[in-house]
Amino acid sequence: MTNTQTIQFPADTLELVHKIINRYPEGKQKSALLPVLHLAQAEWRWCSPEVMDYVASLLNIKPIEVYEVATFYTMFHLEPVGEHVIEYCRTGPCCLMGGVEVYDHLKKKLGIETGETTADGKFTIKEVECLAACGWGPVFQIREKYYMNLTTEKVDEIIDELSK
Amino acid sequence: MKVTIDNITIDVEPGTTIMQAARQIGPHIAPPAMCYYEPLKGSGGKCRGCLVKVTAGSEKDPRPMPKLVPSCITQVQEGMVVENTVNEQVLEARKGVVEFLLLNHPLDCPICDQAGECHLQDFSFEHGVSKTRTVEERNTFEPVDLGPYIKLNMNRCVLCYRCVYTADQITEGRVHGVMHRGDHAEISTYIEKAIDNDFSGNVIDVCPVGALTDKTYRFKSRVWFSKPVDASCDCGKCSGKVTLWYKGDDVIRVTARKNIWGEVTSFICNTCRFEKKKTSDWKIEGPMAVPRHSVISANKYAANKITPAFPMKQAAEQYKKIDDNRDRSFLNAPKELN
Amino acid sequence: MKILTEHIDVPGIETIDVFRKHGGYSALEKALKTMSPDEVTEEVKKSGLRGRGGAGFPVGMKWSFLAKPEGVPRYLVCNADESEPGTFKDHYLMMKSPHTLIEGMIVSSFALGANTSYIYVRGELMYVIHILEKAIQECYDKGLLGKNILGSGYDLDLFVQPGGGAYICGEETALLESLEGKRGNPRNKPPFPAVKGLWQCPTVVNNVESIAATSWIVNNGGEEYAKLGVGRSTGTKLISVSGHVRKPGVYEIPLGITVEDFIYADEWCGGIRAGHKLKAVVAGGSSVPILPAELILTTAAGEKRLMTYESLSDGGFATGTMLGSGGFVVMDETTCIVHNTLTFGRFYHHESCGQCSPCREGTGWMDKILYRIEHGQGRQEDIDLLVDVAKKIEGNTICPLGDAAAWPVAAAIRHFRDEFEWHVKHPEKATQPGAVFMREGASWTL
Repeated sequence: MTNTQTIQFPADTLELVHKIINRYPEGKQKSALLPVLHLAQAEWRWCSPEVMDYVASLLNIKPIEVYEVATFYTMFHLEPVGEHVIEYCRTGPCCLMGGVEVYDHLKKKLGIETGETTADGKFTIKEVECLAACGWGPVFQIREKYYMNLTTEKVDEIIDELSK
Repeated sequence: MKVTIDNITIDVEPGTTIMQAARQIGPHIAPPAMCYYEPLKGSGGKCRGCLVKVTAGSEKDPRPMPKLVPSCITQVQEGMVVENTVNEQVLEARKGVVEFLLLNHPLDCPICDQAGECHLQDFSFEHGVSKTRTVEERNTFEPVDLGPYIKLNMNRCVLCYRCVYTADQITEGRVHGVMHRGDHAEISTYIEKAIDNDFSGNVIDVCPVGALTDKTYRFKSRVWFSKPVDASCDCGKCSGKVTLWYKGDDVIRVTARKNIWGEVTSFICNTCRFEKKKTSDWKIEGPMAVPRHSVISANKYAANKITPAFPMKQAAEQYKKIDDNRDRSFLNAPKELN
Repeated sequence: MKILTEHIDVPGIETIDVFRKHGGYSALEKALKTMSPDEVTEEVKKSGLRGRGGAGFPVGMKWSFLAKPEGVPRYLVCNADESEPGTFKDHYLMMKSPHTLIEGMIVSSFALGANTSYIYVRGELMYVIHILEKAIQECYDKGLLGKNILGSGYDLDLFVQPGGGAYICGEETALLESLEGKRGNPRNKPPFPAVKGLWQCPTVVNNVESIAATSWIVNNGGEEYAKLGVGRSTGTKLISVSGHVRKPGVYEIPLGITVEDFIYADEWCGGIRAGHKLKAVVAGGSSVPILPAELILTTAAGEKRLMTYESLSDGGFATGTMLGSGGFVVMDETTCIVHNTLTFGRFYHHESCGQCSPCREGTGWMDKILYRIEHGQGRQEDIDLLVDVAKKIEGNTICPLGDAAAWPVAAAIRHFRDEFEWHVKHPEKATQPGAVFMREGASWTL
């Protein structure tokens, strides 16, 4: 067993976890797995094995059940990431709206490729599939925020703002 | 309940699946099964190797079913008519399934311990085609040890989930599972971990291919050079009913006993499987009744008469000339052109 | 005629007070105070409302399949896992007017006898989840959710469940698996969710737009709803438009307007962007067959094509397509069909759950072949190989993702084979940045 001593949600988050578990019938607390993983990732930025073991212990399920799920869904980072994870949509409609050019600009501006993190640990770029904002493309997402109708100028502004 | 499969009608209990009904008729009718495993609850429906055509749904509603159905999980209805090996669409779909399963399979049969008792070999011999159409690079994984006894070679895995069900249903505390998804899905413990419990070795027996192999047996023999003998012992943990595999006078491997469908009839413990490798550990019962998948039986036990299964006959009739004369020159073009 | 988005641009419509000022929650009152659950179901049946998630299965009929064994809870789960490329209508509706969905959820849950319901929203839309949760809290505060709603004796708890990034969870059984905290592997059917769904209990899974429409149906009657639209395509539909039109966005249209009007009229898309011509349309989300300009505007028989389930599928897959989820992707002559097909192929490869072999292996194979063709390493035989691989996936998988992956590839080759051949024959031209094949004499050729 990995050491889960040092990993612990703050009290208010723990309370939220218990509220979430109560959304489901008794004994079905495994249903809370995705919401709790989201909370964990918000807390620790990525889902390390230790974090996943902690989530398993909170929900009283086997660690393997958490690994299986966390690796299935693409939103969970299984490796350390930068402070701002930029997830850009690479699917057809965004490409039609000029996505490729915008994303190339983004990579050039940050000097990294998809999947990489800047040396200062500030930005990570990830490529994702359709974000359900096709008419407002090109689109990327940083945490919960959608940045839509992107142009190379807009990308510059966003990055400059976040770099401060 | 009456059901007709490939023009043969049989009476079965309600709740029987098409696969079970076909197996009752016999091996010459039974569809291939890469993922379905009767002793494991919830198995089946995944590999799509056993797809069949239902030309009449039931006596009450004799319409054909629009799609091919997986025979392993589809229950028969009174008056159902099924086409298995007599249906072109079915054979065509199975060709496709074989091709898909081999797409990322390494074809390292010459050095694979499973060769000779591999269901994928049988399946591709019976239903596959002789020419490969793929030029793409295969997805590859490094082989890993799942503890001292079990080797995982993920390249060979067909993701049947049998080992996952086995760990869930007959061991305490599953520590391996399917990670990631799509064609990157893999069997793994995620963090390096041994599969360590008394019944873990059974995942080797249920694996239809050489993805999970017995490290104590690795590279010791080609399976057809070893002699299977049924034996038993008084074991506190399991039934103690096993098959010993001899090379000369040495027991080189111990497995659970399997029925003619390659399914374990009684799961055995790790002590029986990995620790008892001397004849004196066992009470010998006699030569193993040789199963359907069998290069092992050849010329060893005259008493075992085997009717060739239909697909086998089909394979023989459609003698396949191996053709690997592919033009690969275009692959030399630079990879990234944009 | 707008029934879902009439007040969507009213400032503050996301709050319960403004929403109520514009007639919100009147259907809830009507249903709970004056109707029985069966009466609500009957109106929905009469309306002819069809599932708006893509399959188009009649909602009332789906409801009537729900098993109702004594003492076993039943569930309504709203499918808000909208992830089909080209589709963003549910995103728009929930973000702008969350109460429209919530009212529909309460009315529908009442009709089905569900006392706990869930809205499963794709995890990427966490900001929308917060909007919904805020709106749900308002409902609890005003007694529209919880115990004994409006004194009717009916109890309902409503929760929002986030996904984790998986298109496959839009398939209803995968969604239920995901809601149970598992991998989004679709289940083999039967049993159907109506008999064994969430936690093995009878469950109905409906799309956001379908559920939202039930409020209007309760207020105005199923027959009134059925008067909107044409034939079996009743009511209105949210269409999300992306690509090369002047005004991309979400439009609520009465089913039955012509495709031509929809693309060119100022009320809707406002035509193709200046200086360009219509080349092709994917009419119902990435999975439906792409059609070239002439076939999307008129059927093979020369009739004007309408925005209805029937008209769009006129001609079958040979010359027709599907209304699907209403993800309307418009492409002008600058679009490389091969590249667009590659992005779709890559999408399905990325989103396959990997459970059954034809989809797991086939989607990856198609992706790799398409990648080679697009990057100048295609062979003539690759084109037929793609068609054959698509054929071997289609219909042979556990869930419809296999079909969804096969159709766009097969259709692109069916209608734009010359473009694929050009890539194979002239890799040096095809790999130039921005290079697009121009078909001689085509309506879109400049």
